[in-house]
Amino acid sequence: MRLRLVPDQTSYDFFKYRGVTFGVSIVAMVASVVLWLVVGLNFGIDFRGGTTIRTQSESAVEVADYRAAIDPLGLGDVVISEVYDPSFAANEHVSMIRIQAQDEQEAVASDTIAKVEAALQEVDPSIRFTSVESVGPKVSGELIQTAFLAVGAALAAILFYIWLRFEWQFSLGAVFALFHDVILTIGIFSALQIRFDLATIAALLTIIGYSINDTVVIFDRLRENLRKYKSKALIDVMNLSVNETLSRTIMTSGTTLIALIALLVLGGDVIRSFVFAITWGVVIGTYSSVYVAKNVVLWLGVKRDWSKPTGGAGTQFANIDA
Amino acid sequence: MLQIETWKRVLIWGLVALGLLLALPNAFYGRVEAYNDQVAAQAGDTTGASGWPGFLPSGLVNLGLDLRGGAHLLAEVKVEEVYQTRMEGLWPEVRNLLRDHRDEVGTIRLQPSDDGTLVVKISEASGIDRAVQLVRGLARPVSSLTGAGASDIEVSGQGDTVTVQLSEAERTATDDRTVRQSLEIIRRRIDEVGTREPTIQRQGADRILIQVPGIGSADELKAIIGTTAQLNFQPVVSSTSDPDSRVPAGQEVLPAADQDGVYYVLEQAAVVSGEELVDAQPSFDQNGNPAVSFRFNPSGARKFGDYTAQNIGNPFAIVLDDEVISAPTIQAHIAGGSGIITGNFTVEESTNLAVLLRAGALPAGLDFLEERTIGPELGADSIQAGKIACIVAGVAVLVFMAASYGLFGFFANIALILNVGLIFGLLSMIGATLTLPGIAGIVLTIGMAVDANVLVFERIREELKTAKGPARAIELGYDRALSAIIDANITTFIVAVILFVLGSGPVRGFAVTLGLGIMTSVFTAIYITRLLVVMWFERARPKTLEV
Repeated sequence: MRLRLVPDQTSYDFFKYRGVTFGVSIVAMVASVVLWLVVGLNFGIDFRGGTTIRTQSESAVEVADYRAAIDPLGLGDVVISEVYDPSFAANEHVSMIRIQAQDEQEAVASDTIAKVEAALQEVDPSIRFTSVESVGPKVSGELIQTAFLAVGAALAAILFYIWLRFEWQFSLGAVFALFHDVILTIGIFSALQIRFDLATIAALLTIIGYSINDTVVIFDRLRENLRKYKSKALIDVMNLSVNETLSRTIMTSGTTLIALIALLVLGGDVIRSFVFAITWGVVIGTYSSVYVAKNVVLWLGVKRDWSKPTGGAGTQFANIDA
Repeated sequence: MLQIETWKRVLIWGLVALGLLLALPNAFYGRVEAYNDQVAAQAGDTTGASGWPGFLPSGLVNLGLDLRGGAHLLAEVKVEEVYQTRMEGLWPEVRNLLRDHRDEVGTIRLQPSDDGTLVVKISEASGIDRAVQLVRGLARPVSSLTGAGASDIEVSGQGDTVTVQLSEAERTATDDRTVRQSLEIIRRRIDEVGTREPTIQRQGADRILIQVPGIGSADELKAIIGTTAQLNFQPVVSSTSDPDSRVPAGQEVLPAADQDGVYYVLEQAAVVSGEELVDAQPSFDQNGNPAVSFRFNPSGARKFGDYTAQNIGNPFAIVLDDEVISAPTIQAHIAGGSGIITGNFTVEESTNLAVLLRAGALPAGLDFLEERTIGPELGADSIQAGKIACIVAGVAVLVFMAASYGLFGFFANIALILNVGLIFGLLSMIGATLTLPGIAGIVLTIGMAVDANVLVFERIREELKTAKGPARAIELGYDRALSAIIDANITTFIVAVILFVLGSGPVRGFAVTLGLGIMTSVFTAIYITRLLVVMWFERARPKTLEV
């Protein structure tokens, strides 16, 4: 007896409510941008400079006491939060302290860190500092730049590759779907105020990688079916292609989500925001492959006659292994 | 029909065996690490090292700082500092040259400047053109490929002052030299302390990335590399309690290291500098206090000997990084070129100072732009959590696949297990570093690696519907799924490459495992699963097929 998440033969109409699904996507994107601009991202020190100190102590974390100890040092904005993870032992109490970048200091001031550590040690003698990270304002500025560059470069490279292998309509559709995924991830990070740092950028790029993977598989089938059913309406061929690949889409998303959820629950708190971003992206990416990328292609229309040589680099190259 | 040539089969299994063999040492991490340390201690000689058979590969996956604990520093070399030193070094040459032409330019005076220029005032303003022309004669061609043809200094005259500074091409060449020199000295200093597998890399034009696993804190690391350790022996003019006392050009006021409010006026030109040291060792003075004994090279020893012979009864200062460590009075002619530095040292300080002096001085100071310390227990927790997550994720995916595709799912599962083995084999082979996001990359790969198999199996299911017979369906399934597999994986691979190029540290570790995971998963899906299916098919010869 086989486990079947999707029946053998399906003929769901994925484009019946395309106005609604696409509308929802657009609304979600707009909402994400608004959240991003109004609430803002909770940037980690990678992007705004400053210091984070992770403390571990045998007695419970008293945020107020920590604050009382650090405030007299006059370090500006200090955020203290308790960290909880199911994997912690009973006498393992962890907190994260974030101190803003100090004014007019290009380099990292280690005496500031030493002062904070001494002050905390007085509050709780059993306290240990399991990690201390400082980033100067100069580097953080560059890191932001590099991050945007990385996401931009990934989108551009994929735009180009898909255009080379398929048609420009597919390329635009795929990249719009990726853009959708990235914006929605930024949106949820703004809404939930999850720390946004370098690892999150890596997660964004992974989402791009996963989502394009999904999109390409359906495109590949679409290309094949467009050759097979020359007289069928584009929307019907699309529906057929999505239905034919549905089982695979669900299987792959399923196994990936199984692995990610294991990591999300058991992987520890250090990478939780990273794994959360990827998990979110896999869900959004699967959705966007079906509902966003296809809709864009549908609206742009596709030149139907794939069999005739057109001289276009895309189709000829694509024919080689199709 | 379904056929794979024998040589291909051998090649496929050979590659798998090789990959697994390379991955093997990681299963015995502690043992192999101890073995490698023994081998390293014997300078690469494997004889006598125990705990691991010498004929087996012993490459391990390096653990990143976030897994092992340690310190990470990003330093910027203050390259401009060298310009000033270069100009100060040029002064005696300029002085002698212009002195020889006193009748044309008159008397000369050095003007104070600290922005990498040398400013000389001459008393005969009418001789300015001649002075500029003379100083220009000191210019040498730039010694670098890109700056070929340019000269190293720019000389300009205005009124009665001549200004000399390094040319643009020479600055570029000097910057490069300074950073390379700093890198080398940092490497030597860290090697002296003897920690395992430090990473010391140049980043960009003037930055150096330093990662040392196992070290207690970034501060400790900074203490080793952060000091310039510029040691000088300078003549003392007088001592004072006023740090702002005015001194003529060519002299300087420096504070005493261990006495507040005591300052010394010193001649700027050093008698001997730390560069002429050949050895420095921690030791004790006659009172049993920690000290550092040192020895000069022959030219340094001669200079030091001559100076002490001529200045008996006068004090001279031992200056380290612009602080006077001690200013003893010369009791006698010190021949032989060895001596001892005493000060208020602890044993640890004297040991560190000896290390610093032996490794040489940094040509310029360092600014620390980024520093991270990760405690070893946090890393151990992360490894533990990562391991459990990997196992749970792996088992769940295996069960899911077997439940969905039966026997074919079982084949895919074998491929998946081999896949993880191959990733570790490749990581060990290229000596890559595994980071916490890297573990996430492996878990993600476990999830995504089945994708290629799923594509093929789904395709075979579809082909079976059109009833072409099992063999034909399998063949078509593989053929027709190939373009989707290739396209999907190339796009993901593009992302991994971009992450690798633009990312750093942990993110780069993630890019490496993601990229390798894509390669091995395509290999296992296209070759291994297929081979397993074909081998099974040859034996069973099923009339019908259920995928």
